[in-house]
Amino acid sequence: MSALTRWSLVGATWLIILIVLILPPLLVLSEALRDGLLTALQTLADPDALSAIQLTVEMTILSVAINTVFGVLAAWTISKYRFPFRGVLVALIEIPISVSPVVAGLVWLLLFGSQGWWGAALDRYNIHIAFASPGILLATLFVTFPYVARTVLPLMEQQGRDAEDAAMLLGASFWQILWRVTLPDARWALLSGVLLTTARAMGEFGAVSVVSGHIPGMTETMPLHIETLYNGYQSVAAFTMAALLALMAMLTVGFRAMFENRARRMAKAGGMEA
Amino acid sequence: MSVRIEDLVRRAPGNHDRILLDQVTVDIPDGAFVALVGPSGAGKTTLLRAIAGLDPFDTGRIVIDDRNTNDLSARERNVGFVFQNYALFRHMTVAKNISFGLDVLPGSQRPAKSEIDRRVKELLDLIQLPDLGSSYPQRLSGGQRQRVALARALATRPKHLLLDEPFGALDPVVRRTVRQWLRSLHDQLGLTTILVTHDQEEALDVADRLVVMQDGRIVQDDGAEALENRPATPFVMEFLGETLSFPGRITGGMFLPELPHVAPFPVAGIADGPAAALIRPHEIRLTPEAGGAPVQRAGSRYGLSKLAVDLGDRIVDILVPASEAVPASGVKLHIAAARLFRDDRLLEPTHEARVAAA
Repeated sequence: MSALTRWSLVGATWLIILIVLILPPLLVLSEALRDGLLTALQTLADPDALSAIQLTVEMTILSVAINTVFGVLAAWTISKYRFPFRGVLVALIEIPISVSPVVAGLVWLLLFGSQGWWGAALDRYNIHIAFASPGILLATLFVTFPYVARTVLPLMEQQGRDAEDAAMLLGASFWQILWRVTLPDARWALLSGVLLTTARAMGEFGAVSVVSGHIPGMTETMPLHIETLYNGYQSVAAFTMAALLALMAMLTVGFRAMFENRARRMAKAGGMEA
Repeated sequence: MSVRIEDLVRRAPGNHDRILLDQVTVDIPDGAFVALVGPSGAGKTTLLRAIAGLDPFDTGRIVIDDRNTNDLSARERNVGFVFQNYALFRHMTVAKNISFGLDVLPGSQRPAKSEIDRRVKELLDLIQLPDLGSSYPQRLSGGQRQRVALARALATRPKHLLLDEPFGALDPVVRRTVRQWLRSLHDQLGLTTILVTHDQEEALDVADRLVVMQDGRIVQDDGAEALENRPATPFVMEFLGETLSFPGRITGGMFLPELPHVAPFPVAGIADGPAAALIRPHEIRLTPEAGGAPVQRAGSRYGLSKLAVDLGDRIVDILVPASEAVPASGVKLHIAAARLFRDDRLLEPTHEARVAAA
């Protein structure tokens, strides 16, 4: 390949990344700061805005915690055991990536909405899932389920069973094996999966939009609140919130890139050992 | 500290017609060093993993120290295991790897921290890597990892040591050193050791006894000398070293080879019928014979000359003392020591043939 071709390819790649990936957040930031930093920050002090930030943080922490446990469990089961329809299970884990989040939201509504299968019965016991935080959590859980499982799975496959067998023969219990051998060995991949889940959970719009009912100050997460603000022509507030959300997500992704490198080095060292 | 395996049967999971272990019975007394040998797929590793409790079996019993292992947890088995690929914990230092078995003991049985450190140091000295305690496994060479895996297995002072192809990944020179060191360790610590290997030379070098396996069955379980002099089947003989086979017949106390230029030799106490005489390449002598088998030098081995003898329908490679002259006119072959087989079973006695030919 000639130098000219190489440089034009590199240039084109950078240009596309600049236009598609870097320009939008920058524009969002500049829109947010149109009336100055102070005005922008003041919009965040609005009670509905604060409520949205709080709800997003809560939902993110909960869904990351729950999906980390489920993800590790799923990856561990799939990688360490051979059982019928194992391949089907692997494919099922990826459903949330391929199915539109709106569909997922609708499913939860169908189950728990007041017109839904179980909604009326649960209402009688004063349990509210649709148009309330539990519904938002369920929707977020569904959408973010694959990430921990899918990042940890390849590493666990590559680990094999030998180290765990060795630990077992040395007298370790199931939990000791998990905490001292399996998870520490998979820690960089796990961290990477957790951060990916975090970024995804914070930004989820479609599924949450359907189940939450869009009640400002109550069931609006940051992405939903941004939409409400924008539709209400409060563009500085909308872009400030958007900038904050983008910043949180980019920080997460930045961390992830850092750990990803380590994970790859670990995997390489492991390959040498085999 | 003995291990006794009685009538062990294991069928392949998912395909019950395939038998992985077929009525395996072995008795390994206290202090023995036994090698399980055989080609790949013979069931050696399957048997070893069953003894450790890593793999299940269908019927039969494994008794360790007079206790049926069905009632024993992995820890109670008192077994140290070294994996083929070492299976070190790569996120732990060498010292942490070695102390793992002690670190996971329940609080009441766990030695004090200082005691564990002392034990780790002792083991690092034992494996001759005193300065590598704080290194990570990926920094070590294959031989070093192998020794760390061994130290880890020994930390809880097991009385039995199970080794699954432990030398497989080492280069030949390191291999020889490590296995001699392992043998001295076995003697020094009074262990009962079971080694799985597909390398017969290694097994003969290090073990007291070889258990030869084929297709999930034990073909022969004997010391090196007995295996060499009285192999149960042609497979055992071929597995243990280079083998030449001469088909023929036994008639009236003589073995009559089918191939030309091979001298008949007397055998005693064996009924007439077809038989095959199996020999090692050096268990043969040459005499010059006009019109005999053409012969050519074909290199040398262990200080012996290798000769290619053309017997018409095939060429056999034999070993003779380097000083021996190679007759240009052709040769006749005299079998000096043979093991005779009929229907893949050894025909006894064979020493008669030896005496007669000597």
